[in-house]
Amino acid sequence: MLESKGHPNRLGIWGWLGGGRWGAERYLYTLHRLTGLGLLAYFLLHIIVTSSRALGQARWTQAMGAVSGPLFKVGEYLVFLAFAFHAINGIRLGIIELGFGVGKPIEPVYPYRTSLDVQRPIAIGVLVLAAVLVVMGTLNFWVLE
Amino acid sequence: MMRDQKLWTWHLAAGVVILFFLGMHMTVMHLNTVVVLKGLNPAGGHPIDWTNVVARARSGFFMVTYVVLLGAALFHGLYGLRNILFELDPARWLKRAISGLLLGGGLGLFVIGTWAAIVARSM
Amino acid sequence: MTTPKLTEVSYQIRRFDPERDAAPHWEVYRIPYAPGMTVLEGLWKVKELRSPTLAWRSSCRMGVCGSCGMLINGKPRLACNTQIAELESETVVVAPLPNFDIVRDLVPELAPMFATHQALMPYVIREDVEEREHPTNEFYQSAHELEHYLQFTYCIKCGCCMAACPTFATDALYSGPMPLGQAHRYNSDTRDGGFAARKQVLADEPGPWRCHYAGECSRVCPKGVDPAKAIQLMKRELVLDYLRLHKKKCPAKVAVKPTEAKRRDNIPEAPPRTV
Repeated sequence: MLESKGHPNRLGIWGWLGGGRWGAERYLYTLHRLTGLGLLAYFLLHIIVTSSRALGQARWTQAMGAVSGPLFKVGEYLVFLAFAFHAINGIRLGIIELGFGVGKPIEPVYPYRTSLDVQRPIAIGVLVLAAVLVVMGTLNFWVLE
Repeated sequence: MMRDQKLWTWHLAAGVVILFFLGMHMTVMHLNTVVVLKGLNPAGGHPIDWTNVVARARSGFFMVTYVVLLGAALFHGLYGLRNILFELDPARWLKRAISGLLLGGGLGLFVIGTWAAIVARSM
Repeated sequence: MTTPKLTEVSYQIRRFDPERDAAPHWEVYRIPYAPGMTVLEGLWKVKELRSPTLAWRSSCRMGVCGSCGMLINGKPRLACNTQIAELESETVVVAPLPNFDIVRDLVPELAPMFATHQALMPYVIREDVEEREHPTNEFYQSAHELEHYLQFTYCIKCGCCMAACPTFATDALYSGPMPLGQAHRYNSDTRDGGFAARKQVLADEPGPWRCHYAGECSRVCPKGVDPAKAIQLMKRELVLDYLRLHKKKCPAKVAVKPTEAKRRDNIPEAPPRTV
């Protein structure tokens, strides 16, 4: 990398969030990242809390008691929402990042049709599927249970 | 050299494993009234009731899937976190420290989780 | 359209003079507007009527040279390729392309991008160096094989994709959409045998692994090159390579002149070679 004497002008983390130009896939990218971080934070605690089952019923009940209450229930619900999005959007990313669903190289003729347009049905399908999961989870969390 | 080509491929493979096993885990835990799977919560009631926990812990199938899910999810999540942190362009020494910390932490949690799954089987 | 007819337009420009300013600042200029005016023509008007010191890069005025990439109303575009009317705003907000250092006013420092581009060997690599340097004939390549990379050859290296990329906004080590797209252009050229050489860079951190398909590069590309597509196709090849499933490509052979064919009398001889 060459050294430059110019004035620095990188967008920084603001650039991750959009930098002023929002496209649908940019929202999905940001949301995938945020839900991933949320799931990871929960998962690391989850390993420790649920490992208490190996120490017997008393410790299990104690651990479950420590993470009960309405605040934790809302937290768990948020984790479920994050899971629903991250998992289903992950399927889309897996397909696309292996070069499927983005279309073959074409001769660019104006108005340009990019891979974004080609994969858009997958993105919509992902959102619909995630919404179905969210509805199922919401029923389970707040209505049926 | 060649590290991300390898790590990213495994990241993707781990994602597929998680999709199946975490999908199952979430169905058991949080869709238990919408999708009723009797064999997975054999004692009925809430999935985290002690009797259900013991019933699942004694099953060899659950023990294996827990350990596989634990490993895959730890790798997938921590490699994802490493990617995000590395994209902040930290200094070389900091990158090494981050990698070491995540590897050490990940292995530690894997040992704890695996130990719990093995010990709980003989309850 | 009920919008009143524009006679004047405001240019809000991010100015920076390295000899005088500690940091960039905004200046506003009013200039006369004529229908059909491009953002670049407006910049010339600002220079002519308001501020002769204003600096930017431009050359061809027709979206071919890739010099005038700048951030126009929040989106990286070519100033020559953007009509003021299409912005649907009375104010044209112009800033230098982000994610590149500012040399002066609207002039970005593109040298690091070209250094990365060069490091990824954007040229045909073959073992028969003698034939490559002193060709005796063309290489065989079908029209179908041409289509594998033709789209990516339209890149004019304007840097708009780099300015739009979220990863490149923080990560200076990431190669970025332009160099990666161009590496894929040569990787998928049947005349080329340089996959293994380029892999030395691509398989590691600067490679396509930092792309998470936010898609902004393809959205802003003024030539429809679609770097995001090239990067995903490249990822597939590298994953297949890791799994040892990548088909090793034999670079296309040199075309052989037919010896059996007879020339028809009424076809004149080709003129002598000029190169």
